[in-house]
Amino acid sequence: MVKKEMIAMLLAGGQGSRLGVLTAKVAKPAVAFGGKYRIIDFPLSNCINSGVDTVGVLTQYQPLRLNTHIGIGIPWDLDRNVGGVSILPPYEKSTNSEWYTGTANAIYQNLDYIQGFNPDYVLILSGDHIYKMDYEVMLDFHKAKKADVTIAAMPVPMEEANRFGIVVTDSENEIREFEEKPEKPSSNLASMGIYIFSWPVLKDALIQLSGQPNCDFGKHIIPYCHSKGQRLFAYEYNGYWKDVGTLNSYWEANMELIDIIPEFNLYEEFWKIYTNSANLPPQYISEQGVVDRCIISNGTEVYGEVHSSVLGAGITIGKGSVVRDSIIMRNVTIGENCVIEKAIIAENTVIGNNVVIGIGAEVPNQLKPNIYSGGLVTIGENSRIPSDVQIGKNTAISGETFNEDYRDGMLAGGETLIKAGDWR
Amino acid sequence: MRAVGIILAGGNNRRMQELTTKRAVAAMPVASSYRAIDFTLSNMTNSHIQKVAVLTQYNARSLNEHLNSSKWWDFGRKQGGLYVFTPVITSDNGYWYRGTADAIYQNLDFLKKCHEPYVIIASGDAVYKIDYNKVLEYHIAKRADITVVVKDLSDHEDATRFGTVRMNEASRIEEFEEKPMVSHSQTISTGIYIIRRRLLIDLVERSQDEGRYDLVSDILIRYKNLKKIYGYKLKSYWSNIATVDAYYKTNMDFLKPEVRNYFFKELPQVYSKVSDQPPAKYNPGAIVKNSLIGSGSIINGTVENSVIHKKVFVGNNCVIKNSIILNDVYLGDNVYIENCIVESRDTIRANARYIGESGIRVVIEKSDRYAL
Repeated sequence: MVKKEMIAMLLAGGQGSRLGVLTAKVAKPAVAFGGKYRIIDFPLSNCINSGVDTVGVLTQYQPLRLNTHIGIGIPWDLDRNVGGVSILPPYEKSTNSEWYTGTANAIYQNLDYIQGFNPDYVLILSGDHIYKMDYEVMLDFHKAKKADVTIAAMPVPMEEANRFGIVVTDSENEIREFEEKPEKPSSNLASMGIYIFSWPVLKDALIQLSGQPNCDFGKHIIPYCHSKGQRLFAYEYNGYWKDVGTLNSYWEANMELIDIIPEFNLYEEFWKIYTNSANLPPQYISEQGVVDRCIISNGTEVYGEVHSSVLGAGITIGKGSVVRDSIIMRNVTIGENCVIEKAIIAENTVIGNNVVIGIGAEVPNQLKPNIYSGGLVTIGENSRIPSDVQIGKNTAISGETFNEDYRDGMLAGGETLIKAGDWR
Repeated sequence: MRAVGIILAGGNNRRMQELTTKRAVAAMPVASSYRAIDFTLSNMTNSHIQKVAVLTQYNARSLNEHLNSSKWWDFGRKQGGLYVFTPVITSDNGYWYRGTADAIYQNLDFLKKCHEPYVIIASGDAVYKIDYNKVLEYHIAKRADITVVVKDLSDHEDATRFGTVRMNEASRIEEFEEKPMVSHSQTISTGIYIIRRRLLIDLVERSQDEGRYDLVSDILIRYKNLKKIYGYKLKSYWSNIATVDAYYKTNMDFLKPEVRNYFFKELPQVYSKVSDQPPAKYNPGAIVKNSLIGSGSIINGTVENSVIHKKVFVGNNCVIKNSIILNDVYLGDNVYIENCIVESRDTIRANARYIGESGIRVVIEKSDRYAL
């Protein structure tokens, strides 16, 4: 009989709507990060580096990019005879067919998948955090504590604790209380959304709560286990962990990679991060090219200037163009004599000549002031920006845009321009 | 595809100087991201050849490491696949490969078991793109016994390190000289041959009986009047890397936009083993002009007109000009390098100074990295 000690279930179905136009057509875990990577590469690499070789990836929202990226798992060595990576979308059943209505509901709908591996423990991960973590050490902790559920938690500044799910523990790390986004937190240990369950405990909880609408780990499963008096422990984690759920945190996390000695170091031989890098050729910096404090991925050609930026693969930066404090994803083409400041430009976008991005004063975005903030310009994938236009701060653009779309050749700060159609 | 592929990657070459002490020429890194053999392997897979044998003998560790999985070139199939054949001792043979024909003879079972009617033989030390199907069509149309892919060198290039050929109007090869003292022709053999599988088995067996072991001199040249040997002219980019100068020139060719476009942007692609390197990092102080940079490199100094391979560390205030730095090299602070090729996995002490005064200099320092 097939037997795996621990298998991982990776929740990758969410849209991540706070990333605005970046996730208009892809699920958040498939969004590019750190040049050549995608967000899901981090938990997947953690899995294989921790010796977890069976991973179910639960997809729902816009899964195409995730499916092609993961494939059969070759980049992560997750192409296995037994186990490996499986993509688990919602499916039709003879009765009660439904979408994944919550994180725990998604797992519930795949009980058979888990049971097929006959595991002792199940690791629940989400596909939207940047971190390196050895799940095996966490499992050792789980076993040593004879826990039923172990929740990875990290200390956060007390003043930010009200944004997280907070766990209150005793001296033995056993969890006494939960506070979901508390106004007056009594601890600063925030749950990271990483759980290890002993399989019988999880199975029981999922079945008992199967009638619960939008069944969620944080809201339903953990409180249920707690109320039944099961042994819940907090595994304290003190390394680098970054939630990249908002455009500003996403931008900051990328910018941290270009520090001279970044806190999150991709260059360590130990604990490599793997990705499906379709692009092999080397990068080329031309005679006039300037590269200053940046990371650049395979196949990119720089004819202009790049300062303090993160560049993906297969990009062309035209002659005379200056890119500063920006994130540019793969296969973007930027024309000549552009000035681009503090922008996030998603995949396959084409930008004409003499385009100025990130100009003028900061005005709050009129449509979604909470999403497009911090002075960022966000351009969705497969967009086209015509030549000779200027784009203000806190703006968002997606689709194929033409000069007519820019009043006086300008998209003023705080405006949003969403057009239908991919340029290719 | 109606052919199997054989890649002759056994060779060493004194003209590569110290660069081949630790690897076969076919395993030389080229253009930051590739190994020489990737080009031939990619051509084979892009021509839909499903079964490829790599014959290797000289210091094959590096090459074997590179070929440890066939999946990067899409040869990981149930039908066909990638085979690496090194010499083995059997009950009736205890020799190394005594020549290219002998290498094929010692693996004749492979050829005998194939069902494909043709064999494409290529070397692993050239940088080019070709559709072997086109050559095969030509071979069939000419009713040739053997087709040799030939290339016209420009007048200033040295043809004497190749086999030179002279063809008649019908493209039949009338003269074939191997590494002539003085070349009478600028048309050279690229070492790519197409031949009917049965005929190859026959010729190789016959040569073996006569104690002859070389494909070029003992089969091509010896049979050139007896068999119909035709030349197929390759018009596109082709460059052999098997001398230090040629290796240097080939790498530097990739700094030209037309060469980069041809290999990196135009289809079909060139494949290589994926090495999971992070993006290259440029720290404050980095000045890079007209250079190729491999992934995983960290640049703190000045790089001009150079090819930097993967995972190279360039220290503060370094200056690298007109040079090739192979993969996994650590350059300490204030290093000055001009007109050099720095061997892979090397560590160059801080303040070192290497200049190729009269030609390209191969730098091997072997300093201890952790003593820096």
